Amino acid sequence: MTKMTMIEAINFTLQKEMERDNRVICLGEDIGKNGGVFRATDGLQALFGEKRVVDTPIAESAIVGTAVGMAARGLRPVAEIQFLGFIYEAMDQMAAQASRIRFRSAGTLTAPMVVRSPFGGGVRTPELHSDSLEGLFLHSPGMKVVMPSSPYDAKGLLAASIRDNDPVLFLEPMKLYRAFKEEVPEEDYLLEIGKANVLKEGEDLTVITYGPTVPLVKTVVEQFEKQEGLSIEIIDLRTIAPLDEDTIIASVQKTGRAVIVHEAVKTGGPGAEISALINEKALFHLSAPIIRVTGFDTPYPVPSVEDDWLPNAARISQGIHEVLSH
Amino acid sequence: MWIEPNERIVNQVQILDESGSIIGTNPDIPDEDLIALYKWMVQARTFDQRALKLQRQGRIGTYAPMIGQEAAQIGSAYALEKRDWIYPSYREVAASLVHGVSMSNFFLYTMGNLQGGSSASVTNVFPVQIIIGAQCLHAVGGAWASKYNSENSVSVAYIGDGGTSQGDFHEALNFAGVYKLPVVFFVQNNQWAISVPRSKQTASDTIAQKAAAYGISGIQVDGNDVLAVYSTMKEALERAREGKPVLIEAVTYRQGPHTTADDPTKYRQNEEVEAWLDKDPLKRMKAFLLDRNLWNEELDQQEFEIANEKVSKAFEKASSSPTSKTSEVFDLVYEQKPKQLIEQQNSIVTEGALK
Repeated sequence: MTKMTMIEAINFTLQKEMERDNRVICLGEDIGKNGGVFRATDGLQALFGEKRVVDTPIAESAIVGTAVGMAARGLRPVAEIQFLGFIYEAMDQMAAQASRIRFRSAGTLTAPMVVRSPFGGGVRTPELHSDSLEGLFLHSPGMKVVMPSSPYDAKGLLAASIRDNDPVLFLEPMKLYRAFKEEVPEEDYLLEIGKANVLKEGEDLTVITYGPTVPLVKTVVEQFEKQEGLSIEIIDLRTIAPLDEDTIIASVQKTGRAVIVHEAVKTGGPGAEISALINEKALFHLSAPIIRVTGFDTPYPVPSVEDDWLPNAARISQGIHEVLSH
Repeated sequence: MWIEPNERIVNQVQILDESGSIIGTNPDIPDEDLIALYKWMVQARTFDQRALKLQRQGRIGTYAPMIGQEAAQIGSAYALEKRDWIYPSYREVAASLVHGVSMSNFFLYTMGNLQGGSSASVTNVFPVQIIIGAQCLHAVGGAWASKYNSENSVSVAYIGDGGTSQGDFHEALNFAGVYKLPVVFFVQNNQWAISVPRSKQTASDTIAQKAAAYGISGIQVDGNDVLAVYSTMKEALERAREGKPVLIEAVTYRQGPHTTADDPTKYRQNEEVEAWLDKDPLKRMKAFLLDRNLWNEELDQQEFEIANEKVSKAFEKASSSPTSKTSEVFDLVYEQKPKQLIEQQNSIVTEGALK
């Protein structure tokens, strides 16, 4: 066991997976000598050479599109999109190519590849560096969407994503890259893709969240329980495509109340899907409407107002209060 | 010093003129290959014409005819080794057949069967690409994998003149140049991208000259001259195998509509079509073979009959293949079906909405 930050856990995992499997190669902008703008690939080029850790021209569509071509011919590329806001440039290669190659070829070709990308707000970036666009890919059959909320999860989920035989969008909350350290086993372990993590059991209400908002939800819930004498369950989804229905439904059937927290904009977002799912499968267990605490339906705003725009402690508390008021 | 627009002179490679006489360097191609090239062109045209009829009869779905482009597709694909890969668009039936896709499989594709793209891993022909230019990047990625694993396999992206306007085309040529990948971009400049003429796709005089901007080799070839295409492709493949990517512009003509859903009389003059019919690729290769006493009218008639028979058999085979079932779509999305898909798959049975 070693204490690691999330970025250290990601770097460590990439190194281990590259040692383990010669087919794994990393490509992206500034990932070689510079080690990535967040240092996720720090030192990897020195270890594995330019053949396996490739600095690419600035071309997101080509980064993803060539990864599709490599993956279909037997490699296991791990592509980095420098910030998730840049992935619009690669939408066709993500949603119409990587996601569909298995389908189009009647299962004879596959795209075992990972697209890693930092996402989420709160770090005072220029425009289009903080957007949470995961919902776009929840809506793209064939793609898996995975997001860790801790160093431990980052290692187990990234290793599982690299070894998965389907394309995985692996989203790394940049706010959490260096937010805290925790014990991470150096030995090999995998966390199942598509399986949520019940972070904390509770009886009165379920908060469903993932990625960047998980630590904040934990803090808010802790305070809330102390003040109100309640017991609140927290689900960290870890994966939004495919969704772990069983865990969500079992929890809501128990608590009868749900609050969904994510940074992505509200309309048509992951929260809408989760809410619809609960309505379809657990409506008669509900004691209150489901509330979504999310980014607003605007472009991700400028740094001077982003703290109010994001689902912060006050807005999450308000959401919990609202659900409990019924 | 200014680079002036279109100052680069691009000379088109030609071997046969319109009448089938040698005007370029006489290529050293064995007689059996000369005959095989022509037979493939006969086969491809026969398939193409039948597919058009079958679509009109409602027996296959939308089809993108390639009549007029036989020399470009067959000359290029015939030059490949089996270990090479083709990344086609939707108009590449001739090249695909030469590289091993069966006619019945292509019929399955046009019939909307889920198995239409199933021969990719056996034939080294990627599934048909609908998004214009997207396959250029897959070819580059394939070439990258080939280089990484020392497979000595060249990847060939087939696109049209319209495809060269896409960002993916630019990104693909750029990556190919930077990483020195074994890839050939084979552009069939067939003069029309649905209704938009070549002159409105780019201000470049030629597509071949675009290679210069990426630091890769480029060449323009008469795309209706199968010998010129074949010889040029052979050279291109040699370069590509050495890690020197190539852009080929094959100048040809889409004699037919964009697809069976298109009416070209709305946007182009019949005189233009007539002029290009004089440059027909089959006509000139046949004249060349007749002149060399490698072919005669009787053999020609026989060959069309044989080709017709093969198309009939292929269509029968495709028609008698199992039709796709709705329930099968759920099996092709992920390696392992998630719960949601299992549930949706089950719902079509229990709800009885679909068979």
